[in-house]
Amino acid sequence: MSELRENPVNEYLRLDRLPSIWCPGCGIGTTVNCFTRALTESKLDLDKVAIVSGIGCTGRVAGYMNLDSFHTTHGRAIPFATGLKLANPDLKVVVYSGDGDLSAIGGNHLVHAARRNADLLVVCVNNFTYGMTGGQVTPTTPISAVASTTPYGAYEETFNLPNLMDACGAVYVARWTAFHVRQIAKSMGEGLKKKGFRFIEIIAPCPTLYLRRNKLGDGLDEMKYYKEKSVVKNGADTREVGLDYHDKIVVGKFVDRERPTLEEAMDKRFTDVLGAKYVPYTSPGKQPLA
Amino acid sequence: MNADPIGVLTGSHYLDGDHSCSEGAIAAGCRFSAGYPITPSTEVVERLASRFPRVGGRFQQFEDELAASIAVLGAVWGGAKAVTVTSGPGFSLMMEHIGLAAITECPVVYINVQRGGPSTGLPTQPAQGDMMQARFGSHGDYRLIALCPNSPQECFDLTLRAFNLAEEYRVPVVVMLDEVVGHMTEKVVIPPADQIEVTPRRYTSKKPGDFKLFEAAEGSLVPEMVKAGDGYRVHVTGLTHDERGYPAMNVVAQDKMVKRQFAKIVENADKIITFEEKNLLGAEAVVVSFGITSRIAEKGMQLAREKGAKVGSFRLITAWPFPEKQIIELSKKVKAFVVPELNMGQMSLEVERLAAGRCRTIPVLHAGGTVHNPEVIAEAILEAVR
Ligand SMILES: Cc1ncc(C[n+]2csc(CCOP(=O)(O)OP(=O)(O)O)c2C)c(N)n1
Ligand code: SF4
Ligand SMILES: [Mg+2]
Repeated sequence: MSELRENPVNEYLRLDRLPSIWCPGCGIGTTVNCFTRALTESKLDLDKVAIVSGIGCTGRVAGYMNLDSFHTTHGRAIPFATGLKLANPDLKVVVYSGDGDLSAIGGNHLVHAARRNADLLVVCVNNFTYGMTGGQVTPTTPISAVASTTPYGAYEETFNLPNLMDACGAVYVARWTAFHVRQIAKSMGEGLKKKGFRFIEIIAPCPTLYLRRNKLGDGLDEMKYYKEKSVVKNGADTREVGLDYHDKIVVGKFVDRERPTLEEAMDKRFTDVLGAKYVPYTSPGKQPLA
Repeated sequence: MNADPIGVLTGSHYLDGDHSCSEGAIAAGCRFSAGYPITPSTEVVERLASRFPRVGGRFQQFEDELAASIAVLGAVWGGAKAVTVTSGPGFSLMMEHIGLAAITECPVVYINVQRGGPSTGLPTQPAQGDMMQARFGSHGDYRLIALCPNSPQECFDLTLRAFNLAEEYRVPVVVMLDEVVGHMTEKVVIPPADQIEVTPRRYTSKKPGDFKLFEAAEGSLVPEMVKAGDGYRVHVTGLTHDERGYPAMNVVAQDKMVKRQFAKIVENADKIITFEEKNLLGAEAVVVSFGITSRIAEKGMQLAREKGAKVGSFRLITAWPFPEKQIIELSKKVKAFVVPELNMGQMSLEVERLAAGRCRTIPVLHAGGTVHNPEVIAEAILEAVR
């Protein structure tokens, strides 16, 4: 117990909800550790940081964070977060979800939020599978990898998520693996500071389903693979960072640029066109009970 | 408290029902709307898109109704009063988030301007075929409130009331128009702001450590609210949860959560339900109607009276919760209920269930696309009193 209390991440977690549902060796917890480190270093007022998740193993992250936290519906964390941020611009809003949640069922919202530069930091834990539902194929499952719904190996072309986000106009795009804990924390820190649509993909092991089904060993073996096969290429052309089954992984910060956020674009347009008639939005405050 | 005058277009206007809904929302203090265009409801968000930047509100058009129907929930937790608006196919897409609003007790307003269905159906023509969908459309057990205006004036009044009820009971409220009410233009009187009663969000006065987001407030079945960013560090989930909002996937938590969420509507039904009664004294038949059909039924009743029928009217203003007591009482006094509706039998099922054989129920059904011929309603009334 005293050990628990001393752990520096404790302040960020809902300790009364632990232990988590995650399997031993699962990469999601590693990314959460990095996130807490990024929060510490950001020196943000944690009362003003909100986290929104969809559904999935990664979707459970929101529930463990001691922040205003929202566990929404499958695929829809981004539009929820967009509404939250537009209604309370004082918040830093972080979306934390899985590859299936964000890029399959939520794919439409992902591309449009990037296009409109919604002011969100999106963390995508890519374990190449639907963990929560038992390891089915997702838009990121590499060709030939076995999933429960591709028992003879996957055969569809996959999403290169950094490239997709780059093409849609995201202002910050990075990819790391669960091995790169310092770099993840740094990227998350940069992401927390920056405005606009920021996307961080983290390749992470799902030992229970993806690794086991593909006979790739355990979480530790996967870390060895990440260490050996990842190549850091900051500023890489995102067209070149697609992933093949158990092959090289290009990691790094690929995109870092400026573009007006959704709120800024909205404000500018109304100010230009309406002039003095424009009444900017202010988030309704808490009124005393009647 | 009174409405914020900045939003209130006090005076007499000629407005259609859709535009009147927008004004009702603004008067209620709604400052966030998300939408996706669909006939015959688009005018509501078009007006909000035009009006909001002048009154301090924000409208965002999203990529689909799935997004719009959850963006409004995010906005509510961000402190705004929020609305989304749709019709037919869009209403179907919104169902998952109506369920999320119900289980997370999120005070939010959905407006559905009904058109002919199923599927793409009759995009520009009226129906009342979504009444049961409004009640039961999302999976699982929940209760919400649904209101059905029959005029542009009521579109204003009931949209305003929808926001007030949503805050009072921390519940999603659906305003159920139909294409004719949405598109008909009539006089709408908007009172001065200081004569419009607006229910503020019931924010808790408890301190963060003492507050539970899903614990009924003292002497009430409804928990108090917070706003994200105010230091409460709440957890809100669509999973079954305990009073702290933590997932609690067990029979006891499910029982407690679902039953309180039911009770807050069922036990307050008398305060929520409104209706309009006319000519009930000595009536042998009662026409139970709602929305545009109630306007047509007026004519039907007039025709039947000319032929000697003693007929009264009971108009549903609240569709859900249903005025069960009133229908039961009436069923003891009359020979029959006549229930005209632009669907193949939805509210008439409720009437029949409550009449429980004490009197007849004569549905006057219509698959939609236009309104009833009043003569058909008159004939049903004459049959009812025979
Ligand atoms: C509308 C809907 N469809 C399907 C599901 C079932 N479901 C729950 S989680 C999930 C997949 C999650 O995969 P991913 O986002 O990759 O997260 P992971 O579990 O791998 O972290 C699915 C399909 C659901 N909850 N809701
Ligand atoms: S199933 Fe996979 S993704 Fe889910 S907790 Fe277990 S290891 Fe992690
Ligand atoms: Mg996954």
